[in-house]
Amino acid sequence: MKIVVCIKQVPDTTEVKINPQTGTLIREGVPSIMNPDDKGGLEFALQLKEQYGAHVTVITMGLPQADAILREALAMGVDRAILLTDRKLGGADTLATSSALAGALRTMDFDLIITGRQAIDGDTAQVGPQIAEHLDLPQVSYLEHLEYDGNKTFTIRKQTEEGYQMLQMDAPCLVTVLASAVKPRYMSVSGIVDAYNREVEVWNADKIDVPEERIGKAGSPTSVFKSFPKSLKPAGETFEVSPEEAVDLIIGKLKEKHII
Amino acid sequence: MDFSLSKTEELFLQMIREFAEKEVKPLAAEVDEEERFPIETVQKMAKIGLMGIPIPKEYGGAGGTNIMYGMAVEELSRACATTGVILSAHTSLCCAPIMENGTEEQKQKYLPKLASGEWIGAFGLTEPNAGTDAAGQQTIAVLDGDEWVLNGSKIFITNGSYANVFIIIAMTDKSLGTKGISAFIVEKTDPGFSIGKKEKKMGIRGSATTELIFEDCRIPKDRQLGQLGKGFGLAMKTLDGGRIGIAAQALGIAQGAMDETVKYTKERKQFGRSISQFQNTQFQMADLETKVQAARLLVRSAHYKKDKGLPYSADAAMAKLFCAETAMEVTTKAVQFHGGYGYTREYPVERMMRDAKITEIYEGTSEVQRMVIAGKLFK
Repeated sequence: MKIVVCIKQVPDTTEVKINPQTGTLIREGVPSIMNPDDKGGLEFALQLKEQYGAHVTVITMGLPQADAILREALAMGVDRAILLTDRKLGGADTLATSSALAGALRTMDFDLIITGRQAIDGDTAQVGPQIAEHLDLPQVSYLEHLEYDGNKTFTIRKQTEEGYQMLQMDAPCLVTVLASAVKPRYMSVSGIVDAYNREVEVWNADKIDVPEERIGKAGSPTSVFKSFPKSLKPAGETFEVSPEEAVDLIIGKLKEKHII
Repeated sequence: MDFSLSKTEELFLQMIREFAEKEVKPLAAEVDEEERFPIETVQKMAKIGLMGIPIPKEYGGAGGTNIMYGMAVEELSRACATTGVILSAHTSLCCAPIMENGTEEQKQKYLPKLASGEWIGAFGLTEPNAGTDAAGQQTIAVLDGDEWVLNGSKIFITNGSYANVFIIIAMTDKSLGTKGISAFIVEKTDPGFSIGKKEKKMGIRGSATTELIFEDCRIPKDRQLGQLGKGFGLAMKTLDGGRIGIAAQALGIAQGAMDETVKYTKERKQFGRSISQFQNTQFQMADLETKVQAARLLVRSAHYKKDKGLPYSADAAMAKLFCAETAMEVTTKAVQFHGGYGYTREYPVERMMRDAKITEIYEGTSEVQRMVIAGKLFK
């Protein structure tokens, strides 16, 4: 099985600060990390590799410094890492991003593409599904659990607002994964020692199979009207008590707030 | 001169910080309170290769640097000093002497199992009557045909009841003094070997500190480590390396106490403002922060010299002396900044202050470190 995982480098904060003049993210002074949902996707891929045997490739489109998350992926155990970076790809919205990634994927061999559900900087959840549309692949989003029959068929549990659905899908296909569905492994010490001695393939826009008018700023129909940070909700309270005590506790709290 | 970390070290720091924060810190208070060896944490450490950081890849290790190993001990100790010393004793006091003095057969037999964490390592030098004066060894080893027969006991052995492999220092010829001391590899299952009483300690209460007992303990002749009569030098050299590990542990404790104190003094309000806004807090904390950073540079510089194959004995002594005394000062002041709350187990600085004290004592007291440093100065 060949798996490609699409990952993104994002600022390490859920309180993204936005420049009110330009409406863009202020990245200075904010450390960058691998997007949590993407890391979940990578963990799914590595578990499939352990259970069924697979070749796992990670690809990211971004600035040259996105190399850091590819090294992290190598240290976690992926087989191949690709950095798609080119000035021509800059200023891309989700459509141009998915066009470019689909263009890269068209040149590759795969049975399964995994992306994170959404990135914590943009929160759109669009790139994964768009890649599947560009490549005309079946897709399941919001994946929680996945099994493989060893013969090109995946059985998938998909999270929905009401509960979950069990679905089957044949390779080649695409899934988008939730960070909460799986605990990503730590990089191994040995993997870390090797990470910077291994190759990260650097691809430019000429290497991918997509017309130039579909990528970068030119390929982006979206224009941002206004960006604003999400308002903060206070953290909830957690109690570890018996069910009997919990009933009294909840009723007490509801009365305290004059809800009942 | 370059003080920046390499990209590999940065990546390692990212991983070990996350590991310490998520896997080690949540257990620290429980491990202390219950005096419980955190075996589940050691298993998690083993899984990602932390038990064999500086061991070469050909022996199953990660092939990392001593600088990385020091960072691991620091970050683990920042969360839990017990976990930090488990790794330090295993790596510096058991893996390192085998790596540096073992025959090829010994390295092949022990290092892969130690590096994978399948086996935990320990080191036995201290005896009831041979502490700082380590030359007064009373444990004896006598050659009987193809076997060494050990008799005696060791005390205060870190990892004692959880270790599978022990580096044991014993007298092979009393008439030769320190030149009659040799080193041996003892396995937990060897006949005549047993674990004695477990110490009840002030700090690092989760680390299994025990007595080791040898009653006609018979081990094969080829378990002698290094040359006959060179055991004292081997032990001293092992401790040179171990001291940087303990320095890193002390540094981690100090950093952990700094983190807690910065957080607490920002939150705690008295006289209508956060106590971090008082100049007394700011000046004292600035001094402590400066010492912690100086301590870190001493640790890194000693490990740098070890990695480069340069002499580091005095550097290790300076790092341990300064880090241990800094840890004691920082944690004592951290408790003071926390006031009455700091004296209770509601806040981790109480534990950190108890944990810090041992770093001024084990693997050479602060007085011994001063002797080593002065010895180099006045040679």
